[in-house]
Amino acid sequence: MDWSALQLSLTLSLWTMLILLPLGVWLGRLLAWRDFAGKSIVEALLTLPLVLPPTVLGFYLLVALGSRSPLGQAYEALFGQQLSFSFSGLLIASLIFNLPFAVQPMQRAFEAIPQEVREAARCCGLSPWRILHRIELPLAWPGILSALVLTFAHTLGEFGVVLMVGGNIPGETRTIAIAIYDRVQAFDNHAAAVMSAVLLLISLIAISLSYFAGTRIHREPHHA
Amino acid sequence: MPEGLHLRLSQDGPIPLDAEIACAASEVLALVGPSGSGKSTLLRSIAGLYTPRNGQIRCAGETWFDSRNSIRMATAQRRVGMVFQNFALFPHLNALDNIAEAMRDIPREERYQRAHSWLQRVHLDGMEKRLPRQLSGGQQQRVAIARALARQPRVLLLDEPFSAVDRATREVLYQELAELREELKMPVLLVTHDLDEATLLADRMSILHHGKILQTDTPDGLLTAPASSEVARLLGMRNLFSGRIIQHESTHTLIQWQNQLLRVHHHPQFQPGTPIQWVMPSSGVLLMPARPHEDEMLDNPVRVEIENMLALGERYRITLRFAEDRLTMHVPRYLAQRFSLALGQTLQVRLRGETIHLLPAQA
Repeated sequence: MDWSALQLSLTLSLWTMLILLPLGVWLGRLLAWRDFAGKSIVEALLTLPLVLPPTVLGFYLLVALGSRSPLGQAYEALFGQQLSFSFSGLLIASLIFNLPFAVQPMQRAFEAIPQEVREAARCCGLSPWRILHRIELPLAWPGILSALVLTFAHTLGEFGVVLMVGGNIPGETRTIAIAIYDRVQAFDNHAAAVMSAVLLLISLIAISLSYFAGTRIHREPHHA
Repeated sequence: MPEGLHLRLSQDGPIPLDAEIACAASEVLALVGPSGSGKSTLLRSIAGLYTPRNGQIRCAGETWFDSRNSIRMATAQRRVGMVFQNFALFPHLNALDNIAEAMRDIPREERYQRAHSWLQRVHLDGMEKRLPRQLSGGQQQRVAIARALARQPRVLLLDEPFSAVDRATREVLYQELAELREELKMPVLLVTHDLDEATLLADRMSILHHGKILQTDTPDGLLTAPASSEVARLLGMRNLFSGRIIQHESTHTLIQWQNQLLRVHHHPQFQPGTPIQWVMPSSGVLLMPARPHEDEMLDNPVRVEIENMLALGERYRITLRFAEDRLTMHVPRYLAQRFSLALGQTLQVRLRGETIHLLPAQA
């Protein structure tokens, strides 16, 4: 059992979730309620990671983050280390391939809030922040929660992109999914089986939690 | 609040608007028109939920919108009370919280005290903890009205507030709103496509069509003197016909309708010989036999044939054939039975000339 790989995977998943939460809420609301030029292009781009082979996505990310790319060079100048094959590079990749998993459920959740209800909130004199945290977020919460769980579970299990961008550096980029592959390659089926079981268990718990929370929210919304 | 609401809005598209409204404090003004006539757009413009191209909205001494001076106050700052068609209660908050949410500028304790007293005033005590979906349509509507009023709005905007409840509930709500009216010190705008509702609740009505206000008057004023045949049609007045001015007498005007002469109340503004249109409410058609002093009244006996009888609850809507035209009258059920009215029957009715209103012929 490679505990450092598990820890790395969990850290990566948590950071991805934490960063995508505000980003997803912002993008989800924008796409749900606003019409703007190029909206369908933005939506198509956001869906792209869903259909692109992970190796293709990984390849482009590798090019974009590499030490010869502007982004890679800027990062090296600032932090004195390479962006690709680092945890930061891995996190950027993780954010990008998780965008559709985070944004789409949130967008659907915000779309489900009737326009009249949002307008009523404005007519009640509520500020935009108050409307967001008192009306919109509680109503969209099941969708936001399932977006977060999907993101978490998906990051935990992602293999292709991680291998392309991060490689297999213990403690830096070796996630549990990579570690399982690594162990199988080394004919250490026992370790692979243990880690697979752990991954299965975590994913199962996460998904169950989201379903449980979702039904609870639907049955008895909180009272203030 | 010394001043009421004044607005003047216009734009060519995407939703055409051409409207001027003045509504005094405590006055109920109904905006009436078919769907798509722009009534909701007007209401949404007042609330700041829609921004028209040109015009001005002033309320209670404040300028809320002025296209020329680029003034556009945010909805939250306008102090409007709005009741939406489907009530738009916050579905995850209970009745009490829904109302309290509209009073964020008041300290918490007092806010909840007031929310409680609002629930009492709309006869919902004991329902504080209920969520909107645990309330009936009528109860939801009451919460929505309480929420709108709790804000102490400068104007109350009602967007088809009775369309989502059943008829019996609506009758009760009409009564309650009528009672509440005494206490409402702000202008009230009621959007509806239901004429009876507007007649019942409003002091004045504005008739809208394609975003344009065609006429504003009291319900009575509109029904007795619609400004155009279009207004008459929008008011659902079926008795609208073409005719011609024959001559003016000292007390009345004589017009020709088909091959019949009708005495109508004095309309000296039309020259003899002028083609006109005339309109009459269905209450102007009488089933009563002639009275001895008939000449003193402007009653016009006309022989007609019953073409159709439609039972509408306690009364019949009867279509009468007269030459090429069709007259409509309403007759209580018991009278229809007493006179044994039946399809195909010919009878004499009387058209009350006092209720006949003349309009310029349409170009």
